[in-house]
Amino acid sequence: MLTRREALLGTAAGAATAALFAAMAATPVLAEVRAGDISTLPREKVTLVAPPFVHEHQQVAIGGPKIVEFQLTVKEQTMVIDDDGTTMQAMTYNGSIPAPMMVVHEGDYLELTLVNPETNEMPHNVDFHAATGALGGAKLLDVNPGEQATIRFKATRAGTFVYHCAPAGMIPWHVVSGMSGTVMVLPRDGLKDEAGKPLKYDRIYYVGENEFYIPRDENGKFKKFDSLGDSYDETLKVMRGLIPTHVVFNGKVGALTGDNAMKASVGETVLFVHSQANRDTRPHIIGGHGDHVWEQGKFANPPAKDLETWFVRGGSAGAALYTFLQPGIYAYVNHNLIEAAELGATAHIMVEGKWNDDLMAQVRAPAPIASY
Amino acid sequence: MKARVPASIAFVAAALAAATSTLSIVQHSGRAPVAARLAPVETVTVVPGTFSFRLPGEYLQAGRPVDAPTRIVSFQAGFEVMKYQVGAGDYARCVTDGACEAANGNATGDTPVTGVSYRDAEAYAAWLSRRTGESWRLPTDEEWSFAAAERLHDDALGLADDGNPAIRWLARYRSEAAGKAERDPQPKPRGHFGANSKGVFDIGGNVWEWTSTCYVNAALRADATVEQSVENCGVRVADGRHRGYMSTFIRDGKSGGCAAGLAPDNLGIRLVRDSPSSVAVLKWLRAKRAG
Ligand SMILES: [Cu+2]
Repeated sequence: MLTRREALLGTAAGAATAALFAAMAATPVLAEVRAGDISTLPREKVTLVAPPFVHEHQQVAIGGPKIVEFQLTVKEQTMVIDDDGTTMQAMTYNGSIPAPMMVVHEGDYLELTLVNPETNEMPHNVDFHAATGALGGAKLLDVNPGEQATIRFKATRAGTFVYHCAPAGMIPWHVVSGMSGTVMVLPRDGLKDEAGKPLKYDRIYYVGENEFYIPRDENGKFKKFDSLGDSYDETLKVMRGLIPTHVVFNGKVGALTGDNAMKASVGETVLFVHSQANRDTRPHIIGGHGDHVWEQGKFANPPAKDLETWFVRGGSAGAALYTFLQPGIYAYVNHNLIEAAELGATAHIMVEGKWNDDLMAQVRAPAPIASY
Repeated sequence: MKARVPASIAFVAAALAAATSTLSIVQHSGRAPVAARLAPVETVTVVPGTFSFRLPGEYLQAGRPVDAPTRIVSFQAGFEVMKYQVGAGDYARCVTDGACEAANGNATGDTPVTGVSYRDAEAYAAWLSRRTGESWRLPTDEEWSFAAAERLHDDALGLADDGNPAIRWLARYRSEAAGKAERDPQPKPRGHFGANSKGVFDIGGNVWEWTSTCYVNAALRADATVEQSVENCGVRVADGRHRGYMSTFIRDGKSGGCAAGLAPDNLGIRLVRDSPSSVAVLKWLRAKRAG
């Protein structure tokens, strides 16, 4: 059991870390900012959209650097994570798992306001892997219930980056409870292939993969908890075993299938951004490929070509560009197929268009084995 | 698991099955004695009738996938089917008796049992028959479809093949996906989905029902008669909101991995009771006395 008071104070280990952070914070983190220059920059306010969609953005930047404003509101909520009605005491940014994607260009300033409503139980913050210093900004964003804070960081490296909650003493628990998202910093002149030729996408899908650790009762059934504090001890025990009970895309088993399957057309180029804040994964499009893949997600590196499966390290986001050549239903999976089929890491893509007989044809349909 | 069945023989078998049911007599009273601890099973008598039945399985015509042909099917004697799906509590009794494996679903009481395979369904039917001295079995796909009445979903796509196989795949996916996201897959107490016009409850809710019908892969002649068919009884028809084909040992349909289709929300059981022959009743009584 973790009371709200204990949670606010952090555990003993957390308190020690907090002391260390305080010492680091004493160094003037904001000293190098040339406030005068930045105050004259144009500002843009972006309304975030829930994944797997991404807010509207330019692939090639128009004009010079700007300040792009975003807001995240922390929601602690009970969420259903599979078809059996299994619930998790979740912690989320803006109510979605994963948290929304924010897109800026290299050289832009990302300005985030983090709101932690009074109704929440826990302190929260954000560690941006795209940011430099102050534990990815987490140290400057610690907000207790009833508080809000704003930070600004310069997007100095192009690529797809994870962001996640990192409160002292409870980091992994907040992350595996849903608090992770993605920032995409595009090169100002857009994506390029290995020869420096521009690459464009017609659509972008943001697949956030999360693994969950739900405690079971003595009969092996998943337990329900009334609050975050109630769920803490037992969840931590399952986490320490390192074997997740669920591995899902978009927060729930089957969340990107059926009516909510991703959609594309033959000839369209789709950018798939795959983000996993905590655990390694290996995205694969069944029946397709990755034409240009930034496995590590960092656009200053030339993309790998024609990959069958790509490796996304836990704590990173990767990007894969693919032009669909054949219509049909594609499965987009974590190609540990046990995790895909048994634990939930499967999405579907419905692709419309003309069939290409040259690429594939059924020469003979299934029929009784010919006798000789 | 795989049997090659010439079409002519398959149809003779179907005709024989129909003839058998024609001979049976519908009885409501004077049933075989029911073991004391089992509550009587509520049933509905599906009255005789004729309907247009779309055959289960996958069909090719001139090498291209087509909708399965339909046949006019007559039930001249009618049959008795469980009014509700088998409840979790009823199934648990079979488990207690050591005749059934515990189900995967976590429902209790009157809520339909879920997380059961075809094998589990067969085991339950055998156990119930032993315990009651009655003759319980899974329905055929034909019987289920007839009892489903207006809740029967016609799985025809009505698409002409233009050499693009993906059109059928996408249409099938769309049809099976319709409403799935909004649907609560948690099993509901019995009766939740109401009765159809034949008084059978919960058909087409979120629990699919096993049938004894095997999966068939067939080729049609130009006149839609079956030229050849290969039957695979390792896969049976599970009926519900759409017709599903599931391996007999599967308890929870999953749509993960390479199978880019949509599985039933849940798998459950509804049985048909065959009218007892006097021989069967005597046999049961004798066995009972001996035991
Ligand atoms: Cu947090």
